[in-house]
Amino acid sequence: MNRIFVCGLGAVSPAGWGVEKLSAALDKGEPVPVQNITRPGWEKPLRGRTVPAPEKRPDFFTHPRLRRAGTITQHTVAAALEALGADAALVQSGTLRLGIVACTMSGSVVYSRRFYEEVLREPAMASPLIFPETVFNAPASHLAAYLNTHGTGCTLVGDGGTFLQGLTLAADWLLSDQADGVIVVGAEEMDWIAAEAMRLFHRSAIRSGGAGAVYLRREKSPMAGAELSAVTDSFLFTQNQNRTEAARRMRAQLPADAPDELLCTGAQNLSRPDAAEMLAWRDWTGARLAPKTILGEAFLASAAWQCVAACAALARGRFSAANVSVVGTNQQAIGARFLACAKPAEITGSGQKAVGDI
Amino acid sequence: MLFPPPKSSAAAQPRRVVVTGAGIVTALGLGWRVNAEGFRSGRRAFRPVTLFDVSRQRARIAAEIALPAELPATQLSANTARRLDRASRMLLHAAHEAWTQAGWEPSDNLPVVLGTTSGEMSLGEKFLQQAISQPAQHRRQATRIVHYQVQQQGLNLGSAFGFQGPLTTISNACASGANAIGHAWEMLRSGRTEKVLAGGYDVLCQLTYAGFDSLQALSTTPCRPFDAQRDGLTLGEGAAVLTLETLAHAQNRGAEILGELIGYGAATDTHHLTQPHPEGKAALAAMTAACLSANLAPAQIDYVNAHGTATPHNDATEAAAINRWAGERAKSLSVSSTKSSIGHSLGAAGAIEAVVCLMALRGQWLPPQDAAGTTDPACDFQIVRKPVDVKIETALSNSFGFGGANATLIFRRWP
Repeated sequence: MNRIFVCGLGAVSPAGWGVEKLSAALDKGEPVPVQNITRPGWEKPLRGRTVPAPEKRPDFFTHPRLRRAGTITQHTVAAALEALGADAALVQSGTLRLGIVACTMSGSVVYSRRFYEEVLREPAMASPLIFPETVFNAPASHLAAYLNTHGTGCTLVGDGGTFLQGLTLAADWLLSDQADGVIVVGAEEMDWIAAEAMRLFHRSAIRSGGAGAVYLRREKSPMAGAELSAVTDSFLFTQNQNRTEAARRMRAQLPADAPDELLCTGAQNLSRPDAAEMLAWRDWTGARLAPKTILGEAFLASAAWQCVAACAALARGRFSAANVSVVGTNQQAIGARFLACAKPAEITGSGQKAVGDI
Repeated sequence: MLFPPPKSSAAAQPRRVVVTGAGIVTALGLGWRVNAEGFRSGRRAFRPVTLFDVSRQRARIAAEIALPAELPATQLSANTARRLDRASRMLLHAAHEAWTQAGWEPSDNLPVVLGTTSGEMSLGEKFLQQAISQPAQHRRQATRIVHYQVQQQGLNLGSAFGFQGPLTTISNACASGANAIGHAWEMLRSGRTEKVLAGGYDVLCQLTYAGFDSLQALSTTPCRPFDAQRDGLTLGEGAAVLTLETLAHAQNRGAEILGELIGYGAATDTHHLTQPHPEGKAALAAMTAACLSANLAPAQIDYVNAHGTATPHNDATEAAAINRWAGERAKSLSVSSTKSSIGHSLGAAGAIEAVVCLMALRGQWLPPQDAAGTTDPACDFQIVRKPVDVKIETALSNSFGFGGANATLIFRRWP
């Protein structure tokens, strides 16, 4: 049995904290307002979408490992805990073996910038408290510490498609019985340096930040709202294969057009960055969803939001299947396919939330 | 498709995994031969840092590599080759050696798994420096953004050797290289694929150097792993790449086999972001898991290439873990840390030390560390301090990192 089920979803995005906020923003279909980002040494501000402060301070903020942690860690933990739901307690009690796959492209941008600025000013005064938070695997480490889990964990770094590779890694761990459940988180941090970097490639692109999480298990628990059906091969952008060809080959591995299926793309409504993906999916006549047009570009977090949005739509019974297409910034084109799970009758009153009810 | 896995992966018996090519670049030099000579004699390769300004740092030395201007011949265009960043150049040298040794041909589905902590961070540093000091000047900034990212070095390998396939970059701090090889082993063992290019790389950069210095983790003198008077690590840089294949695939094509990768274990230490649990619980768990997967008892391990950074915390913890893991065997167990020769190369360390283990198994010798030291009495085991020829069948390599990433690999001599 190679079946893998999505048993929880989590999100922290410019739309707010939680999948409900994410779904509401996507349903509304209006771009989340853009904020001005102060850029030192430059009068004109940059533009970006940041995550609003939580309405209620999450309890985990007081955990000793998380008090000083950066926003990428806070968002990672929040998204993961939402996705894990009641299973978080099982992990903390040692009843459930959890694997952690954290995915990012830029990592801890804020602390890295702050620390390096300190180094440039006076290396002897650079903060030893900040430096450890700059490593790519700090969020995964903090999450493991919060959940008191010592099992298998991995931080993957790459462009947006890496989140789908993370789903594959999680599935491998589940199928080889290295874990009972695996949480896959995609997270990126917003900062003026990130917004400036983005602007160099496309002046209209809007950088954002946040996290998305997908919780996978082998059992079709009452929480299961979708099933991971497929992840395509990864088609690299190399000297011998451009973005268009890579996107075409990815598209060819996913099923043909179907009226009751959803396509969740990484389009941003920008002609040049979207061109390869749009060409690959030009024959698609079914429903489309493009979270980046609402939330902005947050690389691995965006890819995670695509998967979260696709699975949430399936869990609400809107579609029979959803295809997620990620044509990354500079690494790969890769796709995934999720199938709707019929909700078991016993879900009512079970005390556990189904994915679609989050 | 990456998922579902191919039907072949459902086979009951795990595949055996062998190494058919190995490439290495360290401060000892480029290539297997010069590195084997250096590690066998315990040569040390530290010198003053020249890559960036360390005049205001407490420590000022590192195992910096003298990288040649020339690159090996590949499919990269002359323009692309000329523009390669330092990390890509280092990785390309290592990969070319492994690729050539293995005799691999370009393929349309070759998975690559690499480990690194920061890719080409020096370009990220330059980007920030210019963004701060010359906000209106954007020249070269976009190029820096593209090339500093860790996936870029892996993509360059695909272009250089003409292959396609999933590129996975693992960044589990200083265990990244070992985790990359371990992940490749799992892919091969399960039957997901027949061959994987795997390794690790990291280059010296100011941010990391200043970071370890801020933690007062750097020694001002060449590091002394497991020494009673040790006072910190010395940073290094490098790259190592292995061509890994299933045994059947290697034998079918008549490849020369350098050694067998027989075990891998990983565990997470949640004690602290930078400090290991004093009893080395996760280190012990990783070594135990690796032995379990190799179907070996600690008594059957002939040599341990320790993580051995020479920080007071790491070595005390690792010593406790090895003592407990080895039990009675510890008294006669040979252990050394080759960071004594080339420093701590972070994300490259696990991959480099994997190649050192293969060298030792092939050559039937043990790599010594600094000869003059006084071993910490916390070590129940024997620190190898002199070049020695010895019959060994198995070698275990430890890699531990920030964030509590712990990984262990076990290799067996190929007859």
